[in-house]
Formats: sequence, C-alpha cells, structure tokens
Amino acid sequence: MSTLPSAHPKERRIIFGNVSEPNYAPDLETYLKHGGYNEAKKAFTMKPDEIIAEVKAANLRGRGGAAFPTGVKWGFIRRDDGKPHYLCVNGDESEPGTFKDRIILHQDPHQLLEGIIITCFTLNIHLAYIYIRCEFTHAKAILEKAIEEAKARGFLGKNIFGQGFDLDVYVHEGGGAYICGEETSLLESIEGKRPYPRIKPPYFPAVLGLYMAPTIVNNVETICHVKHILRLGSAEYAKMGTAGDGGTRIMCVSGDVMRPGTYELPVGAVTMGELIFDICGGLKPGRSLKAIIPGGSSSKVLRADEVFKIKKPGPDGAMVEQETKLLDIVLDAASVAAAGSMIGSAAVIVMDDSRNMVWALNNLNQFYAHESCGQCTPCREGVLWMSKISTRMLAGGGHENDPKMLHTVADNIAGRTICAFGEAASWPTQSFTEKFAEEFAAAAGKN
Amino acid sequence: MGLIMTLTPVTQSSQIPPALLEKIEEAITHYPVSKRSAALPLMHLWQNHFGYIDESGIEWIAAKLELQPIAILEIVTFYPWFRQTAPGKTIIRVCRTLSCAMAGSYELHDQLCKATGIDSAAGHDHGLPTSPDGKFSVEFVECLASCGTAPVCMINNDLVEKVTPADITTIVAQHS
Repeated sequence: MSTLPSAHPKERRIIFGNVSEPNYAPDLETYLKHGGYNEAKKAFTMKPDEIIAEVKAANLRGRGGAAFPTGVKWGFIRRDDGKPHYLCVNGDESEPGTFKDRIILHQDPHQLLEGIIITCFTLNIHLAYIYIRCEFTHAKAILEKAIEEAKARGFLGKNIFGQGFDLDVYVHEGGGAYICGEETSLLESIEGKRPYPRIKPPYFPAVLGLYMAPTIVNNVETICHVKHILRLGSAEYAKMGTAGDGGTRIMCVSGDVMRPGTYELPVGAVTMGELIFDICGGLKPGRSLKAIIPGGSSSKVLRADEVFKIKKPGPDGAMVEQETKLLDIVLDAASVAAAGSMIGSAAVIVMDDSRNMVWALNNLNQFYAHESCGQCTPCREGVLWMSKISTRMLAGGGHENDPKMLHTVADNIAGRTICAFGEAASWPTQSFTEKFAEEFAAAAGKN
Repeated sequence: MGLIMTLTPVTQSSQIPPALLEKIEEAITHYPVSKRSAALPLMHLWQNHFGYIDESGIEWIAAKLELQPIAILEIVTFYPWFRQTAPGKTIIRVCRTLSCAMAGSYELHDQLCKATGIDSAAGHDHGLPTSPDGKFSVEFVECLASCGTAPVCMINNDLVEKVTPADITTIVAQHS
C-alpha cells in the first residue's frame, strides 16, 4: 500500500496522524509510543453520559455516507435497559471512489480498537464485531494480531484496564457484496443470513439490531474520531469544522487530477476548487474540468459550469443565499447538500473534458446492476433496465426516447425500495441525464 | 452400486485436515449468541483450503451449524467471492468500476485475458473464467477501494496498484 505523501498545509492529520509518521508500524508498542490507549484509559474516569455529551458537542457526523450525528445515534441506546447491546463497525468500504478505511485497517488497527473500547464502555457493550470486506485479505490478520496484543495487555477481554468491564472484539469478513455496507444488510450478514436489508421501521439498529438487540453501527473512520474528541476536548474538535459538522474529514480524490489520494482536512476548510487545484495539483495538462462526483458514486454528479444557490453567513452573521460556482462550494455536509448532492463518503471523482458522460454513467449503471441484492422488484428490475439502456446507447443502438426512459426508470426506483440502495442507484442516472442532456440526446439519436 | 461408487468423486468433506477443523471450531466460538453467524467465516476457511466449496462442503457446514443445506447454499450463491467450481491456480481480479475504468482497467482486463488465454467476453455464471491450462482465472470485480492508485487488481491475496501494460508480462511470467 502506498504511504501518504507529506501533508498539505491545509491538512490536519488526526486520524492519519500516526500513519504519517516515518516508520510507523501497526503493532501495539508503536501505538503506545504515540499516545495510544490514553483516551481509552481516560474514558473509564468519565461518566458514560459525559462521553455522549462530548461526542454530541463535538458535532461528529458519521463518515460512512449518511452524515448522521454520531452522538444522537448513540443517545438512542438506553445504557441500563438490561438488554445486551452490540457494536458493529462498518469496514465494508465499497462505495466507488472511497479508499480511506483501508489505510486505517491495515496501518493503524489499534487506533480503531481504542475507539471501539471507548464506544463500548460508553454504551455498555460487551461484544463488538468489525465487519471488513473480504477483499482486504491482509486486514483480517492485522486486526486479529492487534486484538491479541490488546488482550495480552489487558485492554480487551475480561476486566479491561482493571475496571471490571469485559469486552470481546471479533473480525467478520464479508463476501464481496456492496449491499452489506447498508447497515441492516450488514447485520443480516453477521447473523449468517442472506444479507437482504431489513424493512423499516424501526429505522435504527439502536432499536432492533444484531440478534434483535440494541446495536450501534458506525463507520471505521467515525469510531476513530471518538478518541480524538476525548483527546482534544469537544470544543477544540468542533472548532475545526463548521456549524453542526465538526472535526476533520478524510477526502478521497480520484479520477482526472494530477495527485489523487486521501487528504484529511478540517471540515469546511477548503472549497472544491482548492481541493482539486491546490491540493491535488489540478487537472492533467491541457484539460478542462467537466464534472465532479462529490461523495461517492451514489451522489449526484455536479457539472463544471453549474451555479448553485447556497446559504452562507453574511456580514451581519445572518444566513444569506449566494450564487456559488461549483469550485467555490465549501466542502462540508450542508454546503454539498445545498448544491443538490451529498458529501457522502467524501469520495470525490473528477472527470475532465475527455470523458464521455454516457460511458461514465454506463459504468455506474453496470455497478448497480451487479450489486442490487434483488429483494425489491423496482430495484432488481430497474437497475438492469438502466444498465441495458445505457449499454445500448453507448454501442450506438440507442433509441431517441432512451434518455427519458432512463430517467423514468430511475424515478420509479427511488423511494420505492426497502433500503437506500434504490436512491443510490437512481441518483447517478437522474443527475447525469439531466445535466448532460445534450450528450445523452446525441448518443440516443443514432439508431 | 459399484458403478455409482466409481463415478462418485472424492468429496471435500471427506478430506478435512485437523488444522482446518481446529480453525473452524475456533471461528464458531467468535459467535456466542448464534452459531449461524459462523456461516460466512466457515465458508471462507473452507474456500481458502479447498479453493472452492463443493456440495459436500455446503452440507458439512450446514450440519456443523445445525442448519439446512439451503441456508448455506443461498449465501454461497449470493456473495460474489464464493465459487462452487475450481478456479485457476492464480486468481486475478481486475477492478472494473469508474475510477479504475477511467485509468484503463478495461484495456488491462483485455490484455490480461489475452496473455493468459482466456476469453474476455466470457461471463462467470458458472465459475471463474479460467485459462485452458488451469493456471489463471481472470475476472472483473467491482470497486476494490483503492481508487487513488487506479488501475488496480488483486493477484490472489495481494493488491497491485497503478498497473501498467508492462506489468502484465511480469505478472504472467511470475505465476506461470
């Protein structure tokens, strides 16, 4: 795996702090030399409610895609309800464009374990699973070695840190299915069943989760942030971000830029333009920007010349609507949402003017057609129809009506399925055909 | 009867070594609430050892976890990672999804297929596309979560980043 280049001045590496150190190794001794497990020890001196209040005040939002406030999610667990509670860490990392968790899992496993310990103590959890995609073939052994080391030191297992608290952590490997990143599918997968997402309500596994007990499902990066909230204090942590969206977020940039990679940036510290041109070195020579997918393949594509109406604080502090160009969008959850897309898993895919949008959409349609679990009819059938239509358009056999047909099929999937895969699969088709209508019309008229 | 016996291939479940059995027993202990949760881990252990999961494997895992065989079969067929027929000695998985495709993964897949003698247009509904000499399987897979170093592929258990056409000759030579 590639090592991280030296940090850009705008970066603030908290989660990637350790792995940026020369010769950092994933073993326990190295982690301890870097302040490892200090916050886990500190957590046991705090009251669980205090820790939840800190996570809430830190404005930590989930880093897996939905950007749900972590402290609020944790607040759904009633610590003393007498039921068993579980933690499932989502390391399925499968959203196209996303490649941050793999670095933590392979290079700094103890950071994740420390986050797990703090979370489990806070929510009275004694059994946790780390769900990783099986394509991370070496991560399982690395994590299991880290778990053994922590156990030998009394940080995991029985009576951890001598505090009379028991905690077992196990690694659970998936089977190469994107749908298992959906939290209720992930739970079914751990239960050994066909991983069909569960019918909602209940909307939160915190009500009914693993083995029908209250369960928290958090992304790998999210869990790692918890340590740093306790280390820095919620005020300093929140201050790094924007209102309601605290800390740092690891941006994963891929596609047509000079320096693709992962960049850990304070939330809202840079605009899309600064990310692409200052940090990622801009586009390839002689190329101009065509489109950006801002938050993983499921987020709606943004066109280079689009102008958005986004609310920003004015001179008197009141929120004023301002016309904002694509490259001037501030990278926080609220601003990207105001531009009609989402920050999602912070996976930015950049496309320059050499790219054919029908080809790009077809690539994504084939992805969703392959990954639909098949449980709900609109999705199971619709994603395949969309894939067939974009394939025939690309092959030059498109019908005049195809762009409209694509959009209609997408419209009939979104909102009509058990899980958010329906939206994830529809948004690319809806946004590509709307924003690049001329290109789709040209491809469609060839028959 | 005699004829049937001679035609029956040696089943995987009749050849479980003690080391594999030990790992299986250990995996089951990771799921104190429900044995059924050990289904995926057992399937991984089985496939890692035998290369694929045959019918006897499905039945054996099901019996071990006190399930009907369908409970295992329905997940073996659901997950792309698992297979019911033998793959080539070296499995190459090429990432097909957008960032890798933009960096040339379709060309990479074609060239790998050509270099190993595999029909690149073949689907994999009935096992992995495998070279006639049984040395290689090459398949397209969805996003491998390494989009910043596209195009990428996995060779058996190892990720290979920024693969160039020149690397293909080396890869094929190393694993032939």
